[in-house]
Amino acid sequence: MESWPLPGERDVNAGPAAPGPRSRRSSVVQVDHVGKTFGDGPDGLVALKDVDLAIEAGEFISLIGPSGCGKSTLLRLIGDLTTPSSGTVTVNGKSAREARLGREYGMVFQAPVLMDWRTVQKNVELPLELMGFDKAARETRARAMLDLVELGDFGQTHPWQLSGGMQQRVAIARALAFDPKLLLMDEPFGALDEMTRERMNLELMRIWRKTGTTIIFVTHSIPEAVFLSTRVVIMSARPGRITRIVDVDLPQPRTVETRELERYFEHVTTVREALRRHEGGDGGEGGPDPSEILQIRAEGLA
Amino acid sequence: MTLRRQARARSRDLIPVAVVFVVVVTLWEVVLGVLGVKQFLLPRPSVILAALVTEWATLVEGLRYTAVEAIGGLAIGSVLALVVALATARWVFARETLVPVAIAANSMPIIAFAPITNNWFGSESPASRMTIVAVMVFFPIMVNTVRGLTMVDASAIELMRSYAASDWQVLRRLRIPNALPYVLTAFRVATTLAVIGAVIGEYFGGPRQALGIYITGEATLFRFANAWAAIIMACLLGMSLYLVVLLAERTLIPWHASGARADGR
Repeated sequence: MESWPLPGERDVNAGPAAPGPRSRRSSVVQVDHVGKTFGDGPDGLVALKDVDLAIEAGEFISLIGPSGCGKSTLLRLIGDLTTPSSGTVTVNGKSAREARLGREYGMVFQAPVLMDWRTVQKNVELPLELMGFDKAARETRARAMLDLVELGDFGQTHPWQLSGGMQQRVAIARALAFDPKLLLMDEPFGALDEMTRERMNLELMRIWRKTGTTIIFVTHSIPEAVFLSTRVVIMSARPGRITRIVDVDLPQPRTVETRELERYFEHVTTVREALRRHEGGDGGEGGPDPSEILQIRAEGLA
Repeated sequence: MTLRRQARARSRDLIPVAVVFVVVVTLWEVVLGVLGVKQFLLPRPSVILAALVTEWATLVEGLRYTAVEAIGGLAIGSVLALVVALATARWVFARETLVPVAIAANSMPIIAFAPITNNWFGSESPASRMTIVAVMVFFPIMVNTVRGLTMVDASAIELMRSYAASDWQVLRRLRIPNALPYVLTAFRVATTLAVIGAVIGEYFGGPRQALGIYITGEATLFRFANAWAAIIMACLLGMSLYLVVLLAERTLIPWHASGARADGR
């Protein structure tokens, strides 16, 4: 895992069709023509319409967009917490359901969802317990995960004795405990203050580099999305859809200095403008730019 | 070290309670003496204390008898309530049909059935009062347990789903621990109900040593100090059962009882 490829080596200007490290690897997640409608008939709410997305092993993908753009729904579809109304989701060549039953997902929600009656160590052991690991293996593994999130000394404390940031780190340790192929994170740092959030972002980058897990990350924060991701998927509402995918070619590893790079600010601006262009839904100024459509199609096929 | 500090803080909290108790009892004693209130309306604390001392052997025997009824009924009622609650949490059909009935039944004055159970088991049999107590505690425990088993954080359910956990695993590792605070809250109510059910049940008949029979008997004979002494014994029974539940809360659900949560989730 030390020879982690640097997705930042790719150049956005080279275009998505250019052969990069990505095309040589297989897709972990393949989303094809996925739609999701809540409710039936003409009153049904279209949460997602005709979404295509391919995610490759080791990528860090952020889903960003206004409320109601279906970014959480898309994440939940990939994780089989809900099922699509149309289209298919394939994970490692299997259906999302098979992947879930095969325990390929680690989930982190906005709330840490820790069990107060368990110690921190036992919380991290929970998925291992469910999956039938023996006691010794559970303990070693959970301790290693707590060390990874730098909470090695807190194994015997209870969740309610920890701060919000620490609780979320426990949730990440728990999600990674059984070495899932895919880490799905739904606004995991949304409830944290700005300082803690920035620290958690650095922490997450360190963990991502160390584990090589593919991460799909839902966020409201543009700086967060740009700082973390190899690609930022921009979505818009009514109906929920992908309007643009921005390759973030910032150098790896991402550090405190990354946030001071000129390229970082350029990406933040790109994402912000892409979001603004689609504000207010379909009735915008002449619809999306044709070159963007081309890019989305190409991403879908990648 | 923190535990010792907590214990010290707790005993400091008890000081105002003790002061209030002493003041009330003293006022009761002094005011009744000054106003010359008749003994049969309200005896002075010193008189009740004297009755407690002279009647001690009889009172303890009565307490023992009534305690067996209360605790026996509580045990039967709560075991049944927990079993039914687990069944309703497991099968949606059972939940949809049984829970509304249980909520409705919870508001019935079950003590009104005491003469009927006397008819079933004979007024001399403790089974008569145990049945009343069991029915009285059944509904609050069952309704609260179902609530605790079903009112689980939706994210926690999704988390378990993402681990492909079985229904049994979700029940054991999530629903049951989640229900514990609800169950123990129900037990707080149930202990009080159990003593009420046993003592009031005895008002409708029972063996001579029963606390309820003793209270009605002594009252009829105008020995009100003795009746008061027996009421105090019944209070002691209720309070000790309540304390047992509090102790159980501290050991079983420390995360809840401590109130030391970092957030309000």
